[in-house]
Amino acid sequence: MIETLRALGEPNRFHIVELLREGPRPVGEMVERLGLQQPQVSKHLRVLSEAGVVDVRVDAQRRIYALRPAALKEMEEWLERYRRIWESNFQRLDAVLEELKTKEKKRGSKKRKSAN
Amino acid sequence: MTRVFDAPRRLVFKAWTTPELMKRWLYGPEEWKLAVCEFEVRVGGKIRFEWRNREGKSMGLSGVCREAIVPERLAFTEMWDDDWTGGETLVTIVFTEDAGQTTMTQTVMYSSQAARDGALKTGMEAGMAMSYDRLAGLLTSIE
Repeated sequence: MIETLRALGEPNRFHIVELLREGPRPVGEMVERLGLQQPQVSKHLRVLSEAGVVDVRVDAQRRIYALRPAALKEMEEWLERYRRIWESNFQRLDAVLEELKTKEKKRGSKKRKSAN
Repeated sequence: MTRVFDAPRRLVFKAWTTPELMKRWLYGPEEWKLAVCEFEVRVGGKIRFEWRNREGKSMGLSGVCREAIVPERLAFTEMWDDDWTGGETLVTIVFTEDAGQTTMTQTVMYSSQAARDGALKTGMEAGMAMSYDRLAGLLTSIE
């Protein structure tokens, strides 16, 4: 998980992952789209591959990279656990707020009555 | 993290900073209840949270209020007692109101990469422990 986030935390690598979201791409095409040098792109792809974010397959002379859904799914599940804790907290907070609103309304109508 | 509440921000802010109200909603994972809560809403004010579970185990954090603009903005530091995240975090909460509804935006900044990694690791381990609990519960119900 930490490796995944570290790998994604670099702007060029993040950009590569965004590109691969559209589908598998050969290295050459990514070099063109990113406007970086080939060795730089290869270095970033190696980091992403070691972190398990991308997979590579060799097709004739070309190396084709694709996203590995498992890494992203792991991250999604991790976030989901936090989201659930906070969402149940917020639902309790919703109830507290409803109560505060009702109390305020009552107090407001009492005040109006006593003013009359 | 962002969430919309169906109440004016004056009330959202109140529910967010009044200990008796916070204890009613600010739980930890798996029903850890907020047992001790101090929140001094002023710059330099003291913050103390302690959660307890049913077995009486507790976990707590202390901090200092850095910004307090009622009812718009809060910023405070947080540091866990046993420092399992490896450093202080700065939490900023902004409340904006539109047509009687309040949008809350919370950002957490870690003091270092080590602190962030520590939080991630612990979150993951806590989450895994929770999954094991659930698995254990499931196995018991099958028996």
